[in-house]
Amino acid sequence: MVTDSYLKALVWLVPLLPLAGFLITGLGRKRLKGHIAGILASTAVVISFVLSVILFFSLRKPGTEPLTVTLFSWITTGELSVPFAFLIDPLSLTMMLIVTGVGALIHIYSIGYMHHDERVNTFFAQMNLFTFSMLLLVMGSGYLLLFIGWEGVGLCSYLLIGFWFKNPDYNYAARKAFVMNRIGDLGFLLGIILMFFTFHSLSFSEVFGKAATFDKGAPVITAITLLLLVGAVGKSAQIPLFTWLPDAMAGPTPVSALIHAATMVTAGIYMIARSGVLFNLAPVTLTVIMVLGLATAILAAIIALKQNDIKKVLAYSTVSQLGYMFLALGLGAYSAAVFHVTTHAFFKALLFLGAGSVIHAMGGEQDITRMGGLKTKLPVTFLTFAIATLAISGIPPFSGFFSKDLILAKAFEHNLVLYVFALGGALLTCFYMFRLLFVVFFGNLRSPEVHPHESPRIMTIPLMILAVLATVGGFLNMPSLLGGHSGFLAFLQPSTQSLETGELAHSTEWGLIFLSLALLGTVFWIAWRKFLKQKHIPEKDDHTLNLAGKIVYQKLYIDQIYAFLLEKPYSWLSSFLFRKVENQLLDPLVDGVGHLTSELGTLTRRFQRGNLSFYLFAMVAGILLFIVFILFV
Amino acid sequence: MNEITSAIQIIPLEHYILLSIIMFSIGVLGVLFRRNTIVILMCIELMFNSVNLLLTAFAAYHSDLTGQVFVFFIMIVAAAEVAVGLSILVMMKRNVDSVDINQLNRLKW
Repeated sequence: MVTDSYLKALVWLVPLLPLAGFLITGLGRKRLKGHIAGILASTAVVISFVLSVILFFSLRKPGTEPLTVTLFSWITTGELSVPFAFLIDPLSLTMMLIVTGVGALIHIYSIGYMHHDERVNTFFAQMNLFTFSMLLLVMGSGYLLLFIGWEGVGLCSYLLIGFWFKNPDYNYAARKAFVMNRIGDLGFLLGIILMFFTFHSLSFSEVFGKAATFDKGAPVITAITLLLLVGAVGKSAQIPLFTWLPDAMAGPTPVSALIHAATMVTAGIYMIARSGVLFNLAPVTLTVIMVLGLATAILAAIIALKQNDIKKVLAYSTVSQLGYMFLALGLGAYSAAVFHVTTHAFFKALLFLGAGSVIHAMGGEQDITRMGGLKTKLPVTFLTFAIATLAISGIPPFSGFFSKDLILAKAFEHNLVLYVFALGGALLTCFYMFRLLFVVFFGNLRSPEVHPHESPRIMTIPLMILAVLATVGGFLNMPSLLGGHSGFLAFLQPSTQSLETGELAHSTEWGLIFLSLALLGTVFWIAWRKFLKQKHIPEKDDHTLNLAGKIVYQKLYIDQIYAFLLEKPYSWLSSFLFRKVENQLLDPLVDGVGHLTSELGTLTRRFQRGNLSFYLFAMVAGILLFIVFILFV
Repeated sequence: MNEITSAIQIIPLEHYILLSIIMFSIGVLGVLFRRNTIVILMCIELMFNSVNLLLTAFAAYHSDLTGQVFVFFIMIVAAAEVAVGLSILVMMKRNVDSVDINQLNRLKW
């Protein structure tokens, strides 16, 4: 009992510390000098991480009851009763560890990366606020608390994308992210409302308990899950709401690493994995998720092939990897999706921080056609970046291999066509990542005026730690094929309710692994020949490209298509309403009311002539009229 | 008390009503046609008191004290009102050196 209350105290400290960090650095942003804000903010997140680790080791034994910590009763009105409570179970513990662990490393890295910036204190305040909101999102014990965190991270994302707000393009990118997220959030909110009317509760345990009474494929459950999916699609940048994520790279690179790679964009995956019970009852929604995920994975990978901005390549790669997670969710393999979230958090944060280190060294240059030959200049960055590239490409024994192979195996179990497409996407991933690696780090430096130098240790140490995690992260879930017992999936199973599927025969699995490895090897060889042997440098513009190359270079013209399909009709409609309805109907009406009043005023002001005896006369006459009216009418 | 009431009741009610009407009409006509503000003020008081008279007469005829007590309250309010009216008059005299009502033709805006 003593240890129990002790654990409960730890639970609410976890989100409280980043909040305190936000308040201190935010309120004291005018006074804090030098690195103090960064150190304070990092310390808060590091302590949160340590607390999360303690919680993890106290609660990791299988069969441990999930811990619910109620701070206070928040809303009680009618049948709605929402406590402000945290739910600590394997799924939220996993997410807490990712958020605080990777978040702490990125905070520390930012001390070095942002120290030139004049608004560094504001930066750390917003980063801490983000960490707090994200923790609220993953720890909340019901959909309403999740939604608050959801909105909080959206706000911080907007603030941090537009952190360098003096550049109008960055502001535009921030606005785009906000609006696209808003579209998703509306769906999510409608889903929550519908859920409340169906289950009369919003807490996870009650909703899932009552959901068991519904039949599989019940229309109301399908509607709820589809609306929740809209929210997840917006937050996790899936088709059709994915175009905000590449633009979000306008923010500082640590922001891209923390928010737009490791944590916030995985909120949608967390939410669906959390609601596994509901989604299991809605096969239609699962199919939609599967198709969306696969399409996003392949589409984003294709676009990434021809991008020349180092962060844009990584951004499209993130969209593509999120697509894989959605694919896993759509197959009902929620734990596999969360496993990919975990490994992806390691290697994608590493890639972004490495890219940040490169950009830092190149003095703000992001165009890979102007880089090259950095492997000797930035040895630590090169090594860690290479490890992350191997991990994301799915080459054993790095972490990406385990999580991606798991998803591919699930796809194979479900459908051969699905597997072929998913594998194709993985090959594209391998190609564009090695293209990036070779073009940036090999060959000769193509901008002679800069003299790159390795980043300070405060930036390289987080890189090294993440590189270790990206290497060994896959061993968390050693498949039975390699003598393990899928520890990670077993740990998550109580809170995600993944659909059980039959195990593949070991010979089939070996076959699949060798097939994918052979193909990956081939792709690696093609990339190696093209970019290393022939020293091919990506085209600076699309003039020399053929038609297909041109379309890919222009990101499949998706922004333009959206502009044509949505913005054009919308602005036409607004200008039509302005010219016809506003100018010719509403304006005369409103003006008419004004004119009438002023005309009436001109008429009545004649009585107001300022002559007292006239007033008296009017008064008496009025009274007489009144009397006459009463007596004779 | 009863003596006064019975004394009042000796005179027929119609006389009181007639007297009130005459007083009231004098007041109205005075307000309408006189230019001296003091006189106008006095005429207003005249109208006022005609109504008071009527009220007391009715009260006496109904043997109901409430009406008579009510008149006292009205008179207190009227005294306050006269104080305000007269002070306005003093200010008027100081500012335009006249108590002619037609001098007060700038009372707008």
